Amino acid sequence: MKFLRDTWLVFQGQIMNLLRQPVWIIVGLFQPVMFLLLFAPLLKPALSAGGAVSDADVYRTFVPGLLVMLAIFGGLFQGFGLIAELRAGVIERSRVTPVSRNALLLGRSLQDVVSLLVQAVIITVLALPFGLRVQLVDLLLAYLMLGLIALMTSALSYGVALLLKSEDALAPVMNTLSQPLLLLSGILLPLTFAPLWLQRVADWNPFSWAVDGTRALFAGDPGAPEVWQGLVITLVLAVISTVWAARMFARSIR
Amino acid sequence: MIETKGLRKSYRSRKGTVDAVRGVDLYVEAGEIYGFLGPNGAGKTTMLRMLATLIRPDGGEAVIAGADLLRAPGEVRRRIGYVAQGGSTLDDSIAREELVRQSRFYGVSKAESVRRTAAAMEAFQLTEFAHRPCKTYSGGQRRRVDIALGVIHRPTVVFLDEPTTGLDPQSRAHMWDEIRRLRDEGMTIFVTTHYLDEADALCDRISIMDHGTLVAEGTPAELKREIAGDVITLGVNGATAQAAKLLDGAAYVSSIEQTAGGLRLYVDAGGTAIPQIMRALDGAGLTLGTIELHRPSLDDVFLEKTGRSLRES
Repeated sequence: MKFLRDTWLVFQGQIMNLLRQPVWIIVGLFQPVMFLLLFAPLLKPALSAGGAVSDADVYRTFVPGLLVMLAIFGGLFQGFGLIAELRAGVIERSRVTPVSRNALLLGRSLQDVVSLLVQAVIITVLALPFGLRVQLVDLLLAYLMLGLIALMTSALSYGVALLLKSEDALAPVMNTLSQPLLLLSGILLPLTFAPLWLQRVADWNPFSWAVDGTRALFAGDPGAPEVWQGLVITLVLAVISTVWAARMFARSIR
Repeated sequence: MIETKGLRKSYRSRKGTVDAVRGVDLYVEAGEIYGFLGPNGAGKTTMLRMLATLIRPDGGEAVIAGADLLRAPGEVRRRIGYVAQGGSTLDDSIAREELVRQSRFYGVSKAESVRRTAAAMEAFQLTEFAHRPCKTYSGGQRRRVDIALGVIHRPTVVFLDEPTTGLDPQSRAHMWDEIRRLRDEGMTIFVTTHYLDEADALCDRISIMDHGTLVAEGTPAELKREIAGDVITLGVNGATAQAAKLLDGAAYVSSIEQTAGGLRLYVDAGGTAIPQIMRALDGAGLTLGTIELHRPSLDDVFLEKTGRSLRES
C-alpha cells in the first residue's frame, strides 16, 4: 500500500517535470519520424526480395522495428535526467525521507514507459496514411512488449547512472551498449537477409527476439511462437533490471 | 536528543584506508542550536551524512530523537530533517509542488500536506513566488525553499549543512532568524558552518572536529575562556621570523603563532605585555608596523585547537 502510494507520488512528480518540458517528447520523436519519412521508402525495393510488395507490407515490417528502437533508446538515455537530479540534490532529499526505495526507481521507470507509449501511439498514427494496418488486440500486445522493453532499458540506465554518477561516463557506456544492440536486432532490415553467422550472433540479442515478436503481431499472427518468446524474454529481463536498479537506489542504509 | 558513542567510518581508496571519522562521542541537548565546525576534510560531512542516515557507520552507536541509528534508520528518518549544502531542487521544479510531495513522502495525507505547505510558504515568506520555477528565485529564496522542504514534516531534529554559505549578509541574517524560529518551535538544530561569527552568534554550543575526532566542545563563551588571557597581533614589516624568535620564550608570552600578515601572541595580560613587546622589538632594532590587542574570538579557539585558521582551511 505504502509502496504503491510512494510509486504513484514519484511517478506523478516525474510526469509533472515532463509536462513542464513537453519538448522532450517531440525531440525523442524526431529520429523515428525521420526514419519513417526518409528511410522507410527505400525499403520497398529491398524488401521485395523477401516477398513484400505493397506499401502496407513495408510498413508492417519496418514500423515494429522502429518502435522497438524507440523503446530501447528512449529507455537507455533516461539516466541523464537522473544524474541531473543527483547533482541538484533531489535524490539525496528523497533518500532521507522514509519513501520506499523501490518506489524511487519504479515511479521513474513507469513515467518513462508512459512517455514511450505516447510516442509509440504517435508513430503508429503517423504510419497509418502509408498503409499500415494492424488489429487493435495485436497492437495492444505489441505495446505491452514495448512497455516491458522501456521498463528494462530505463531501469538499466538508472542503475548505471547511480553507479557512474557522471554524464561524461554514462554517454560512452550507453552508446557502446546501444549500437550493437541496434544493429543485431534486425530493426532496420530483417535478419532473414543476414548471413548465418550474423543470425546466430543475433540470437543472443534479446531485442532481436522482441523485434521478431512485434513484427509477428503487426503481421496479424499473435499465435506465432515469436510472440510469446519475445514477451517472456522481455518480461524476465525487465524484472531483473528493475530489481537490480532498485537495489542501487537502496544502497544507503535500508 | 542526539547521542553518539564511538561513531566511526572509514573509506577505502587507492592510497589505502582513510579513517574519516574515528570514534566520535557527542551529545546534543533537546532544543539546542548545536554548531559543528571543522576545516575541510576534517570528517564533518561524513559525520553529518551518517547522522542523517545517508551512509552507514562502520561502528559505534547513535541514538537520534530516541531512535537507534543502526538498528532503526527508518525510524530515525521519520524524526529528522536534513538540508544538504548543495540545494535540493531542480531548476524547473515548482516549490509548492515539491513541498506537497515532500510532505506526502512522510505518509501525510494530501489535504494535510496542502495545508502544511501553505503554512510553510507563509512562515518562510515564499508565498509570493512559490508557484514559479525555482530557477527564478534569488539565492536566499532558494535556500529558504530547501529549509522549508527539510522541515515540512515537523521533525524533532534538523540537520543543516552550511545553510548560509554563499548568501549575502542580509540573507544570512534572515536565515539566522529562520533557524532561531525553528528552535523556538521546539526543534533541535544541528548546524555545520564555515563562519565562526555565525557559530558565535547563533549556536548555544559548538564542537570542533579535526582529523576525524572532536578536539573541542562547549558553549562559545566557555571555549573562548579556555584561551586564557588576551590575543595580540603584530605586524613587523617582513621581520616576522626574527620577531618570533625574539619573543618566543619571553615570560609574558604564553604561546606564539605566525600568521599570513605577522604574529599572533597569546598573553596573560595584554595591558602590561604591549609595552614590554614594544621595548623588546625596539631593543633588537625591529620596526613595529602595527599592534593590536583583542579578546580571544572563536577564530583563536579554532586556530589553537586545529593549528589552522578556518579561513585558510
